[in-house]
Amino acid sequence: MTTIAELPPGFVDKVLSAQSTFRSVMDAMARPGSVQRIVPTSGAPHVMMRGTAAIALTLFDHDTPLWLDARMSESTDVTKWLKFHTGAPVVQDSSIVSFALISEGGALPSLERFALGTSEYPDRSTTLILQVESLHSGRSFELRGPGIDGVATLKASIKPFDLFERLRINEALFPRGIDVVLVADDAVVAVPRTTRVVSKGS
Amino acid sequence: MNAPAYNFAYLDEQTKRMIRRAILKAIAIPGYQVPFASREMPMPYGWGTGGVQVTAAILGPQDVLKVIDQGSDDTTNAISIRKFFAKTAGVATTTATEDATVIQTRHRIPETSLHANQVLVYQVPIPEPLRFLEPRETETRRMHALAEYGLMHVKLYEDIARFGHIATAYAYPVKVNARYVMDPSPTPKFDNPKMDNCPALQLFGAGREKRIYAIPPYTQVVSLDFEDHPFEPYRFNAPCALCAAENSYLDEIVTDDKGGRMFVCSDTDYCEGRQAAGHHGSLSAAPYKEKAQEAPNG
Repeated sequence: MTTIAELPPGFVDKVLSAQSTFRSVMDAMARPGSVQRIVPTSGAPHVMMRGTAAIALTLFDHDTPLWLDARMSESTDVTKWLKFHTGAPVVQDSSIVSFALISEGGALPSLERFALGTSEYPDRSTTLILQVESLHSGRSFELRGPGIDGVATLKASIKPFDLFERLRINEALFPRGIDVVLVADDAVVAVPRTTRVVSKGS
Repeated sequence: MNAPAYNFAYLDEQTKRMIRRAILKAIAIPGYQVPFASREMPMPYGWGTGGVQVTAAILGPQDVLKVIDQGSDDTTNAISIRKFFAKTAGVATTTATEDATVIQTRHRIPETSLHANQVLVYQVPIPEPLRFLEPRETETRRMHALAEYGLMHVKLYEDIARFGHIATAYAYPVKVNARYVMDPSPTPKFDNPKMDNCPALQLFGAGREKRIYAIPPYTQVVSLDFEDHPFEPYRFNAPCALCAAENSYLDEIVTDDKGGRMFVCSDTDYCEGRQAAGHHGSLSAAPYKEKAQEAPNG
């Protein structure tokens, strides 16, 4: 049995670390495609990147139902760490969750299975936190939309490979939709539902 | 006891998380009003409780805070909010627009262009632009869902029918990212063009009405109008009496009970900056000097 002492620690300074992490995520969301760094470090259970762990400690609590992908939910390290540090309920029904944590992008379920909000309350939708291999090298994507001055270029190595094709549901559904936060170690890139991929190279 | 009795930036961490989640959704859906569980703040509604909560949720120790009330850094509301955060968060404060990283504002956008490292936080009294046309929240929500904004155009049309021009001078409705009609808070419509394609992030907090909304940087913000009655920003046709600025928004100040009045920049930082740079208006006072002792013969 894991005791509390064996769990990886949370933030050293809960208040200021959460603030700094939030500002990185807010800047990422406000400037889609830009790579933001998460500075404060906390312990992170195996399977979870340190950026993901910091976001969890910053945004999750008893008000935010979570959905974990198979690799995360099978790890008792992850579930115990989340339960102890955030208190967020982990649920099976992905259509009602505030956040979904994805460690294996290849096994990302269909996006329609998450909460997409309603026309009256489009904010009641899932924010997908997707761990990816790299946010500085790989295929290049050109992004347009609010928050972007002209075109933003993102170089990233992302699974699933067809993530941006799948995100085209945001175009049809808007203002409903799904917002994605990509995490690679301590780097964060957000792709809110307003962002459109205009072209991509190899 | 030396330990502070409040958390950093006053709000408790659970409240900040709730507000932060609302801010992220507000940014993701530009112009859409996200409901949030507004808290009671140690100031009355109408004094900027929404803006204060948004500022408290984003503020960090490295930030430099500027607070303006109708463009002025020196009015009661601005000073008390600035002192509130200086005390509860220990942040540096400034009156210089370009030095600030977070600017909380009541009903003005600074004249100096904002840059990408800034966040502008608006205090909003009534966030719903359709509220005076349709009092029911269920209905206005449905109207936003369907992008059913004909009623707003009827209102602007009625202005034209009655006055010959669009008489709405403040809280002039805008359409954000070609989707949501949004109340820019009671800023003069002079400021509306500054919201369009602005490099800074703009966040709006309404404390009593419990709503947060946002305009991401570089987002299209269009003031509603008609082809034959295009949107026109309004400004008193006069230079600033202190700094002679021809392009700033002016306050009208009554100077006596005989109809005397002067027009001065509403943005005090902008006006002071121009005066320091050597611009002088018709009523700018000469630098104050102690009066020489009255000499007997002049």
